[in-house]
Amino acid sequence: MSLTEFLIEVAGNYVATIGFGILLNIPRRALNYAGWIGVMGYFVYKFIVIWGGGYVVGNMMGAVLIGVASLQAARIKKMPMILFNIPALVPLVPGGQAYQMIKYFALGENSTAFVFLIQVVMISGAIAFGFLLSELVNRVQQRVWRHRR
Amino acid sequence: MSSQKKRDQLILHTALTAGRIMIENGSEVERVEDTMERIAHNAGAKTSQLFVMITGILMAINGEVGAQIEPVKRRTFDLEKISVVNDLSRQFAVHKITLQEFSNRLGHLDKSTKYFPFWLQLLSAAMVSGPLEVVFRHNLPDFWITCVVGALGWLVFYLLNKFIQIRFLSEFAAAATIGVLAIWSVHLGLGNSVDDIIIGSVMPLVPGVPITNSVRDILAGNLVSGPARGVEALVSAAAIGFGIAMVLQFL
Repeated sequence: MSLTEFLIEVAGNYVATIGFGILLNIPRRALNYAGWIGVMGYFVYKFIVIWGGGYVVGNMMGAVLIGVASLQAARIKKMPMILFNIPALVPLVPGGQAYQMIKYFALGENSTAFVFLIQVVMISGAIAFGFLLSELVNRVQQRVWRHRR
Repeated sequence: MSSQKKRDQLILHTALTAGRIMIENGSEVERVEDTMERIAHNAGAKTSQLFVMITGILMAINGEVGAQIEPVKRRTFDLEKISVVNDLSRQFAVHKITLQEFSNRLGHLDKSTKYFPFWLQLLSAAMVSGPLEVVFRHNLPDFWITCVVGALGWLVFYLLNKFIQIRFLSEFAAAATIGVLAIWSVHLGLGNSVDDIIIGSVMPLVPGVPITNSVRDILAGNLVSGPARGVEALVSAAAIGFGIAMVLQFL
């Protein structure tokens, strides 16, 4: 991946995450953090895929990072966590695979469509499981945090 | 006795209104329960019993006769209101505002709708479509046409949602419009790839709020509201898919 491509992807993810945030009407103060969390989540996914970790693990780790970073942002800004993790999730949505699935079902090529269907299910499951893991990290951290004070 | 009863009534009213506003605008159930419990506790109620679902809330305080119910009739996505309720609840907890003030402000919040200006929403729909098309498909030449198609698709969704108020139908119509426009623009030579344009343009319609909330509700052990949200997300996704599939039949 060249530097130009990297910069384009950073800008694209940042702008797209903020755009989705505006569509959901999240408060202005939260937009910047949400944007950067979206960028970080996508690049965790991207680098794991580049280093050969596979797209399922990539999506899962991306979701974990989004969950953990959103809780930190929520704590700093004193705002609900969903303001950050919902827009940040958008770059991970398997839009391409879902579209290919619909297309091949519509064209009647069911065997190709099932390949994409399985990918969509795997990715959605990985993201859900990633959120589960991030919740685990958050709860352990909260315990430790409370214990220390 | 009478003043105590009035006070209890006000606590119930405030907590129920806060809960309803949060669910209506797309909060997860665990947060609603937590906020309502905090309000009751901070207002001086000894105990509170809650039953929160995404179609209605039931609440009683101090174990007395006379639980109250608050139906949740409509569901939109306006995360700012959740944030405002959260702020008010925090202010109430540190005694910056009184219970009566809290209740009044909630009533005011419920009536007002403060969205971003329309042109900004349209622009951000374009800014979700185009950049994500480039990120997913690495197809720079189609950036502009994807922005335009995405914004137009979202415009159809917005207008229909305003007038017929059935979310799934609006999503279906918007997806069909996106499909037609994408095929048309490639036909006219404005774009190169129908697939890439559609993938980008559909992104503003993704049901992000129900998906996230569904997962979080199920994890929190809320086995009624979590799957209900999941069904909402699934129907939305299916509506978008049918819209696209219908157009692709005529490709």
